[in-house]
Amino acid sequence: MSNVLELKNIRKSFGEEVVLNNLSLVVPEHTATVLIGASGSGKSTLLRCVNLLETIDDGQIFLDDKEISDPLINVDEVRRKLGMVFQSFNLFPHKTVLENITLAPIKVQGKTQEEARVAALALLNRFDLADKADQYPDRLSGGQQQRVAIIRSLAVNPRLLLLDEITSALDPVLVNEVLSIVRDLKSDGMTMVLATHEMGFATQVADEVCFLESGNILERGSAVAVLQNPTNPKTQEFLKRVHQAGRL
Amino acid sequence: MTERNNSAWLPSSREIERRSSRRAINRKQVIIAAVSSFLVLGTLALVLVTSPGWQTVKTTFFDIEYGKEVFPTVIRGLWINLQLTFIGGAAIGVIALSLALLRTTKSPTLTPFRYLATAYVDIFRGAPLILIILLVGFGVPALGLKGISSNVIFLGTVAVVLTYSAYVAEVIRSGILSIHPSQRAAARSLGLSSGQTMRYVVLPQAIRRVVPPLLNDFVSLLKDTGLVSILGVTDAVRAAQINASRTFNYTPYVVAAILFLLITIPMTRYTDRAIRHRTNAQSSEGAI
Repeated sequence: MSNVLELKNIRKSFGEEVVLNNLSLVVPEHTATVLIGASGSGKSTLLRCVNLLETIDDGQIFLDDKEISDPLINVDEVRRKLGMVFQSFNLFPHKTVLENITLAPIKVQGKTQEEARVAALALLNRFDLADKADQYPDRLSGGQQQRVAIIRSLAVNPRLLLLDEITSALDPVLVNEVLSIVRDLKSDGMTMVLATHEMGFATQVADEVCFLESGNILERGSAVAVLQNPTNPKTQEFLKRVHQAGRL
Repeated sequence: MTERNNSAWLPSSREIERRSSRRAINRKQVIIAAVSSFLVLGTLALVLVTSPGWQTVKTTFFDIEYGKEVFPTVIRGLWINLQLTFIGGAAIGVIALSLALLRTTKSPTLTPFRYLATAYVDIFRGAPLILIILLVGFGVPALGLKGISSNVIFLGTVAVVLTYSAYVAEVIRSGILSIHPSQRAAARSLGLSSGQTMRYVVLPQAIRRVVPPLLNDFVSLLKDTGLVSILGVTDAVRAAQINASRTFNYTPYVVAAILFLLITIPMTRYTDRAIRHRTNAQSSEGAI
């Protein structure tokens, strides 16, 4: 099994504040890596660095064994292989659901309108959103918007999917409809890295769980190992707080 | 669903009582408004009509017969203002959009143009329009360049376009800057280049957002085309001026003012509606 993503000794700081500190991570093909940790622990920054939305200060990032942290690389080409879903959905409000999904296939991959439309409708059908194809995002519930955002990122057939706390902005009732898509993708064999606060969900999909604290991975291993028998006192402390908040 | 329930609903006696007291309150407010309007407007009219110079003002500014006589000349002039507004408006749109894009670009190739665009906007936004009109109108023909028309209508339009492009560029630029960076991040992470992101994601949203201020500028543009009269263009203002100075009766000015208002007031009302519409739409945009 080859590695889709490899991070070697990543460092990233914003001014004085070090957000990622000598962090390394390997994501093999068809696996899901779940990042957990308190807000500000560096989860989102890690995902944004992989997507080259942020420039790292040191270390190396490899996508399919090709270094993408090289400044000479074509960032648009790299991003075509990556799908990213954001906490705040970030759908394009002036475009319909269908137009949101077909924009990148048409403009980036050079598909025809019709090809892109057929592919988009197939995805919408699969996730029970076909009747929303011609709606504008503001007519959709948060859960539906986030599902559309996931479909939009899938429409370009990404090699790796980056999911940044995709349920954090949702009503608890809507969380499950979004997570069930991710479960489906996982069983399809999609390679993913996801930051989440949903520990139950992490247990279901994670091949590896990483606990981040102050920009480093303090503990990593299977979901059972990290979430149920954590050895690091900081992981224990974090999970105890999550538990107290009723989220485990 | 609610309609079906509605058919069985009859207002309670308390609700009927409330409605009749609401009606009573309404009646009272209408009466107060009518009395107040009558007093204020009546007093103003009285002050005007009883002022010592009223008779003179009436004949020199509001001579209806003379107004009818000059009306065709003034309206022919207004046609020039309208042409100038629409032709100038189209040119302004193109130039302003280019300036706004240049000012927001990060492309290294375009760096010199970015500085030029900034300088351009600084100069033309900061200098009074009437000076620009004079400088272009009298300065350009003085250069004696071949191939450049010395037609005053053309030069006046150029001056107005130069100035308004700077205003409108700033409006468009503010629209571009108002689009949340997360929209750009979403577009870039789909693999769209920065140019594509601007064209398909940022600009369409930005333009929609600045439609009301752009309409405002359009109304101002129409009014400011009156300034080209200083170059001798026979627009509505100039036509009125010629007649007024011939007869020493200022009614033509009033005719020109009324004609401008007939166009600008509906436009302003429409703009107000567009702004209200915009504000309502934005409240439902919150989640995005």
